[in-house]
Amino acid sequence: MSGFDLIVVGVGIVGAACAEYASAEGMRVAMVEPGPIGGGVTAASMGHLAAIDGDPAELALAHYSLALWSQWVDAPQVEFSHCGTLWVASPSDDEAAIDAKLARLQMAGVQAERVDATGLYQLEPELIPGLPGGVRVVDEGVVYPPAAARLMVERACARGAELRRECVTELTHDGVRLGDGTIVHGAETVVACGTALSRLLPELPILPRKGHLVITQRYPGRIHHQLVQLGYADSVHDRAGSVAFNVQPRPTGQLLIGSSREFGSTDTTVSLPVVQRMLARAFEFLPGLGSLHALRMWAGLRPATPDGLPYLGSVPGREHVWVAAGHEGLGVTTAPGSARLLVDAMLGRASVLDMTPYDPARLLS
Amino acid sequence: MKTSRVSLTVNGRRCDVSADISVAAALAEVGAPFRRALNGQRRAPLCGMGVCFECRATVDGQAHVRTCMTTVREGMQVTTDA
Repeated sequence: MSGFDLIVVGVGIVGAACAEYASAEGMRVAMVEPGPIGGGVTAASMGHLAAIDGDPAELALAHYSLALWSQWVDAPQVEFSHCGTLWVASPSDDEAAIDAKLARLQMAGVQAERVDATGLYQLEPELIPGLPGGVRVVDEGVVYPPAAARLMVERACARGAELRRECVTELTHDGVRLGDGTIVHGAETVVACGTALSRLLPELPILPRKGHLVITQRYPGRIHHQLVQLGYADSVHDRAGSVAFNVQPRPTGQLLIGSSREFGSTDTTVSLPVVQRMLARAFEFLPGLGSLHALRMWAGLRPATPDGLPYLGSVPGREHVWVAAGHEGLGVTTAPGSARLLVDAMLGRASVLDMTPYDPARLLS
Repeated sequence: MKTSRVSLTVNGRRCDVSADISVAAALAEVGAPFRRALNGQRRAPLCGMGVCFECRATVDGQAHVRTCMTTVREGMQVTTDA
């Protein structure tokens, strides 16, 4: 394998998007991935397409990227459901908290609308009584991320991109060395291997952030929106272990129940105490959930950075090496946007967003 | 010895079945269908012991109940796929 314009290391949802967009721009692309496409944290993720208002720079990236998802959602294998997002306030959230949430989303350009208590139960009758209301974002939904990643890879391959099922053991001056000892030559390399970033770029810290999910049997028509607690961003910013209410209706009628966050664990063994806490939080909003059948539970390791923003851009001190990794819980939402920003930067174009917040150099000075 | 009977509603129709049997047996007794797979294929109990999940029906409003593992009760409401 030689003479590529771009080598993409790691083909989860972010790597797949990078390969697809680069190939669409006429670049000759090599993808290197030892496992199944999107088989890492991409396969463990919730697949929500939603603008989360934790950090303004992240919200801007999410909003930009969500518009780019529209080119993928018509493919049936992606299993896109246009369910919309309903941010649900807790009894302890006051009107000001709901107003502030609405304002933050609207300021970023998200089309969000206020929902009062009456409206809340018209939209979602399964919610526990006594909730004050929330914020609705109609134009969001959920996808099945590994299938989306595979579709992006198919499109890239249809344009001549090549896929090599190997590990990358080393970044060389003109490409990458594979596990079988061979070298792939490429003008540029983007490292998109998420939680495994430190193996190739140890100077860019990645903190695996374990999360659990539970999926139920089919119960169609009970939940209509993806439901998220209003203060979800608090869980994202909580450095201790946390759980947050986040339940999705899948197109199959199954309910996907999340979410949990903890640092310090690097394996995906399910922790029952964490799952119990997560489910207890979910039951606080949806008491009927407790009588449903759960089919399966699993855990994944989100790639988190110290400041919660992804690394997007050229890696200081390494010529021709770029990075697109560290998306924590927004990898699926921000994959197309990340890919666009990165490839545009590679091609020397002015970027649509200010990329300073995602610059890998920010943590290296 | 006269065996006792219980009265259930199966797919909206009142049925009279033997007491102390499983709901799956009751459905078989009255000739009601069980499930349809997503492709429309008819399914019916296979294992009879709670592991194959083919015998599922909605019982008293609760979906996905394994009828082979549930004993009939007076007044029970059972709904199956058509």
